[in-house]
Amino acid sequence: MKVVVCVKHVPEGRLRFDAGGMQLDRSVPGDINDGDRNAIEEALRLKDSYGGEVVVVSVGPEQATESLRAALAMGADRAVLLSDPAAAGSDLVATSRMLSKVLERESADLALFGQQTSDGVGGVVWQAVAERLRLPFVSQVAHLAVDGAKLRAIQQTEFGDNVVEAALPAVVSVNDAINEPRYASLKGKMAAKKKPLEVLALNEVGISATEAGNAGSKTVVLAVAEPPPRANSIRVEDDGSAAQVVFDYLVERQLV
Amino acid sequence: MRPIVFLEHHGDELDPGALGVLGKAASIGSGEVAGVLAGKGLGALALEAGKFGVSKVYLADDEALVPPLPQPRIDLLESVVRSGGYDTVLFSTSVLAADVAAGLAVRLEAGLNWDLIDLSERDREPVGKRLALQDSVLVDVGWRSEHRIALFRRGVFDVATSDAREPEVEEINVALQEHSRQATIVGHTPREEEGPSIEDAEVIVTGGIGLGGAEHFALAEELAGLLGGVVGATRAAVYKGWYPSASQIGQTGKTVSPRLYIALGISGAVQHKVGMQNSKVIIAINKDAGAPIFEFSDLGVVGDVHTIVPKLVELLRQRSGS
Repeated sequence: MKVVVCVKHVPEGRLRFDAGGMQLDRSVPGDINDGDRNAIEEALRLKDSYGGEVVVVSVGPEQATESLRAALAMGADRAVLLSDPAAAGSDLVATSRMLSKVLERESADLALFGQQTSDGVGGVVWQAVAERLRLPFVSQVAHLAVDGAKLRAIQQTEFGDNVVEAALPAVVSVNDAINEPRYASLKGKMAAKKKPLEVLALNEVGISATEAGNAGSKTVVLAVAEPPPRANSIRVEDDGSAAQVVFDYLVERQLV
Repeated sequence: MRPIVFLEHHGDELDPGALGVLGKAASIGSGEVAGVLAGKGLGALALEAGKFGVSKVYLADDEALVPPLPQPRIDLLESVVRSGGYDTVLFSTSVLAADVAAGLAVRLEAGLNWDLIDLSERDREPVGKRLALQDSVLVDVGWRSEHRIALFRRGVFDVATSDAREPEVEEINVALQEHSRQATIVGHTPREEEGPSIEDAEVIVTGGIGLGGAEHFALAEELAGLLGGVVGATRAAVYKGWYPSASQIGQTGKTVSPRLYIALGISGAVQHKVGMQNSKVIIAINKDAGAPIFEFSDLGVVGDVHTIVPKLVELLRQRSGS
């Protein structure tokens, strides 16, 4: 079976806005989004069981090739990056349009996503992509099995676990309980350098500049400010009296 | 703004998160707010929603809508929003609600702002508030689409009852699209709950890696018992098998907003923070003075939980004994 894994290149360390002050600064060193490693691992396991191909896909700046190489080093077969200056600042509507065009081109049996990204904490991209492709989707999957033309997934929710069956092709987002991602071996890293990595521009997937980036987005950042600190926050070092300090605090605020 | 709220329900209970969002929507603009309820035999729930500010409920009474699958609900909401002329669709974040909101955004080519903590109107246009960059900045966000979709952080609004009024209830039918019928739920295991629900607790004492071992959770239990609360655990502590996963608080666990949250030996990584930052009062005890949790605690104590908590327990005992 053919599995496509969508990965995101996210800035490392403390996040900040760019000089314009309204967009995330993506020029800093980055790495593959942590949750995406679980999706790659799951795709590789499916390939181990059923054969086929694992393709990693990303939309992002040129530096995203680093994350795609990391995925190739883990064992993916080839990579596709959609990268275009006009794509910067894309929101959900625009991002899902770009990803779905790349996925359409690949027409895989299964598209896998990792859970929430560490830079945006969104967790809303795969559903939008699935809707554009008119495919069934399952979120928060902690166990995945494929049986012929359908998948069977255990989905974790706030209200318990659901066992969901869906026809393939389908879109699935996995959570970090599904597996322990493998580390890339030295051999894998060497091999990754020779694996195909295709870089596409927007016009190559049939998207105009006005459908991407800020122009193609339906949300806007109006203002950025410092968040209000917790009012009257108190900080103490324990000198033997800390228990009393906590106790007094609880009593004063009528919390006991 | 003509708002409509996705009224998520489980069993015979309306989701408190959705009721909080309902109250918020009713407090803005005209105060007229609609809701959508999907499932079977939910007439009583539709009327109950009136207590929380809804003026009209669209009730889709359909066997196909009983399993909590997102795609049939996307079909339903698209149809209601278009036929009812609503321009703003509001959700309280859950696995199901986020799924529905994201799919609906594509159907309506609508902007979706997520993780919102507030909503107001400015020049008759809705403006959302969101914390970004690991909560280090507060961002005002807007929409520039005909329809707007807003996903609110879970538990960010208190549930408030308003003047009881009987909402108008309109029964509706939905035609499901072909791809919305490709998934089925064939099994369900409810989350095992022991004792009081952690999400409803007024006081939560949570243990992290800094507690040092499963046996030290007895300390957290003792403190929670004296404060009339329950015990939570971080993902790391659950992962080590120190405490049951039903008690896990954070991104992959429960989201809580108690009156009092006491964090014992917790560094405060963003994955934990998102599950507890709406707590009214946060007290943190941690040996590491550089732990991020101190940045969002009301009272931060740099010290050893193993010496401080037993003393605090003793002080609380003396007080309750007196």
